[in-house]
Amino acid sequence: MAKLILNRLSKAFETGGRPAVNDVSLEVRDGGFLALLGPSGCGKTTVLRMIAGFEQPTDGSILLGDRVLADAGEMVAPEHRNMAMVFQSYALWPHMSVADNVGYPLKVRGVTGERRTSKIREALAAVRLEDYADRRPADLSGGQRQRVALARCLVTEPDVVLLDEPLANLDRHLRQEMEETFREFHARSGATMIYVTHDQAEAMALATDVAVMSEGRLLQVASPQEIYARPEGRLVGGLVGQGAILTWPAASVNERLLDWATLQQLLSLSHGTDCADILVRPQDVEIGVEGMPATVTSVLFEGERYSLKLTLGDDQVLRAFSRRPVKVGDAVSVVIRSAWRL
Amino acid sequence: MSRSLNRGNSQPRWLFSFVVVVIFFLSVLPLGRLAATGISSALQGGARELLSDPAVWQAVYDTLTTSFLGMIAAVILGGGFALLLTLFDVRGKTALGFLFMLPTMIPPQVTALSWIGMTGPSSALLKAIGMAPPLGSPQPLYSIGGIALLYGVQNAPLVFLSLRAGLLALPRDGVEAARLSGASSWQVLKDIILPLSLPGFVAGAAIAFVSCVGNFGIPAILGIPASIYTLPTLIYTKFAAFGPGTFADVSLLSGLIAILSVIGLTVEERVLRGRDYRVIGLSGQVAMFRLGNWRLVGEFVLWLAIFVTLVMPLTALVASSLAPAYGVPLTPATATLDAYREVLFRQAITRTAFFNSIFLSLATALGLLVVTVLTGYYLVRSKSRLAPVLSALAEIPYALPGIVLAVALILVFAAPISIIGISIYGTIWIILLAYFSSFFAVSLKPVVSAFRQLDPSLEEAARLSGAGFGRRLTDIVVPLVAPAAGASVILVFLIACNELTVSAILWSAGTQTLGVAIYNLDDSGSFNLAAALSVLVVIMVIAMMLVLELMAKRLPKGVVPWRS
Repeated sequence: MAKLILNRLSKAFETGGRPAVNDVSLEVRDGGFLALLGPSGCGKTTVLRMIAGFEQPTDGSILLGDRVLADAGEMVAPEHRNMAMVFQSYALWPHMSVADNVGYPLKVRGVTGERRTSKIREALAAVRLEDYADRRPADLSGGQRQRVALARCLVTEPDVVLLDEPLANLDRHLRQEMEETFREFHARSGATMIYVTHDQAEAMALATDVAVMSEGRLLQVASPQEIYARPEGRLVGGLVGQGAILTWPAASVNERLLDWATLQQLLSLSHGTDCADILVRPQDVEIGVEGMPATVTSVLFEGERYSLKLTLGDDQVLRAFSRRPVKVGDAVSVVIRSAWRL
Repeated sequence: MSRSLNRGNSQPRWLFSFVVVVIFFLSVLPLGRLAATGISSALQGGARELLSDPAVWQAVYDTLTTSFLGMIAAVILGGGFALLLTLFDVRGKTALGFLFMLPTMIPPQVTALSWIGMTGPSSALLKAIGMAPPLGSPQPLYSIGGIALLYGVQNAPLVFLSLRAGLLALPRDGVEAARLSGASSWQVLKDIILPLSLPGFVAGAAIAFVSCVGNFGIPAILGIPASIYTLPTLIYTKFAAFGPGTFADVSLLSGLIAILSVIGLTVEERVLRGRDYRVIGLSGQVAMFRLGNWRLVGEFVLWLAIFVTLVMPLTALVASSLAPAYGVPLTPATATLDAYREVLFRQAITRTAFFNSIFLSLATALGLLVVTVLTGYYLVRSKSRLAPVLSALAEIPYALPGIVLAVALILVFAAPISIIGISIYGTIWIILLAYFSSFFAVSLKPVVSAFRQLDPSLEEAARLSGAGFGRRLTDIVVPLVAPAAGASVILVFLIACNELTVSAILWSAGTQTLGVAIYNLDDSGSFNLAAALSVLVVIMVIAMMLVLELMAKRLPKGVVPWRS
């Protein structure tokens, strides 16, 4: 197995308009679990479909190790890529039993008899569906269908496993269970996995690396911890984790992690300095007796705490948590313990 | 690892060439040849001679009159049925709809024969109940009015379908909003429903008109004895009296039919533009209006219409087939199955016809299926800009009246095929080719609907599993479109088995079809034999329609033509 490399990948569709994917370069290490995160229409699914071979890049190339899978001139057909995919709609064949669905890649590869049966049994056992081998997909629940689709990926030991918003059609309870199954699957198979999602919580929970896309461009690639702590730019800052983006006269400082003292100092010499965007996480906002005046504009009870929206004097909106109840309209004082310049 | 120039499409490169070749031979070549012959003979002055012939103008006039009156009859009958069945709470809708759709599947010459058996002085049915007009009085159907009436009965289902599809797609909430605004049932009908369903009315009328213009069976049986000729029957008689100018004349005449049809089809296309009603159709929608005390009256009118347009003619047909000879009164004592014995076991001609029709229909249905699965796959999956053009070209031969196509094929194949030097003119193979061309669209449509419903990811999953094109086709695609493919086979078989127009022009000794046999038997005066053969055909039609009706739940919407 080898590294999957996207090299200045672009895709423009014949319909015109801006390219769906624009100059995306990315390396996924062998055995890595990459989440492609972005709002719908950002091009993440097109990237995935190019990796699978369903779309051809209009520019750039895709490499697996030193083997070129696709460039603007030629490409290896999907059937010769040794990849597997879990589709958003699961794509189970309704006319085949669960075992036949799972065993189809083996059948195509000419694996027969006892070897095939035992491989199918193994794959179904890995997703805990041994007892369902003879059922039809139509008789299964959504989560079970999802697991059949996963077992079908497992059965041939593919180089790369692609997952296209696999949890989008499941309810919240099932999602958590399936997230666990995916993690297990990744650990067991050691395959390189690419996971497309618009749900940042899902991406952070599952992936070893997160790539954020918007309008066809790649904005940032980093580990979940890194991307949460040090996002680049407004779009990534707004997309990853909770937080409020404020405009602050912070363009002149070099540091990016700013504490309360620095923030106050910047505010006091505001005249003549350029403004910059800063990201403030709600857990870094303290409500107390001193600090900046703010007004509570909304309160949401979340069980362990209250989640607040506050309006500062200059109408900027800040998010905060509070342990004790507050009312809409209350005047409070806030201290921003730390902020990140985007 | 193999690298290919495959541009991310799921199809092999030969598929495109295959589709282009198929559509060229089935559509472009014959129609292009017809147009070329028509234009060149018009340029050589053949047109002036033909157009100065008063018989041609009489035929144009009669075609237009009968088709227009037939269209009006179809709109009244089909429109009334569609409104009553779709909007009101009458009982037995499924049965009524099925029975009302039957006439469109019964071959026109059989319809004509059964109506002749119901009226006129020699009617076995009228004689049996003592109501026959005196001998020597004229057969009232041998007239412009008679032809138009039967056009109406035959084509009312087309208006019914078109209007019903429109009515089913009506926004229910719009109707409910009008109700809440205080409109009465009548006002809702008048202000909301009728204006919104107008395109369905117009489209249905246009398509009924086109179908009337191209009809051959009805004017052949009702018109020729009274010397009333429509354009299709005029072409037929021109072929019968074959002469040096025949090819030029018939190509011009079929050009005229084609122009009339294109006008009608353009009207239909215009009013339906942007309305893909089959997709929006809400099945199992409850009736919008309650008839209350009028319900019994409404149901009585509907069943009466079925009785008059279907039950009575078919009873008359059965009666005629049981009568010992044309004009002999039918009583329990004289009733005989001789005619059936004759057509099934004694007459070599009818047995040949059975054999030919079944062979042709099976070969067409199964052969076309192979072609349409590949073509349909290409048309649905291809992102090429050519795909819609190819799809339209595939539709044309079926949209045009059969007689136009038959003439076109004769023009192509009258001379031996250039390279191999074999002539298929006069053999059964030219009929088979004509059927392939004519019913290509019939076979294609269910398969294309099934492909459109198929989630592309099912096939993508198979690709990633490592399956190549052929493998995916046999393992995944074909099993999944199998119900629609089955429906396509039955539909093509049904239509091909009943076909008369194409084979009437293309048959020769030994290659007659069932349609031709029925027509020839009637033409030679063996009315009871013609009736017996027709009864057998009707039984076959009903049986196959019932099979399709039973399959309908498993098929994509719009596959079974009489369900919407």
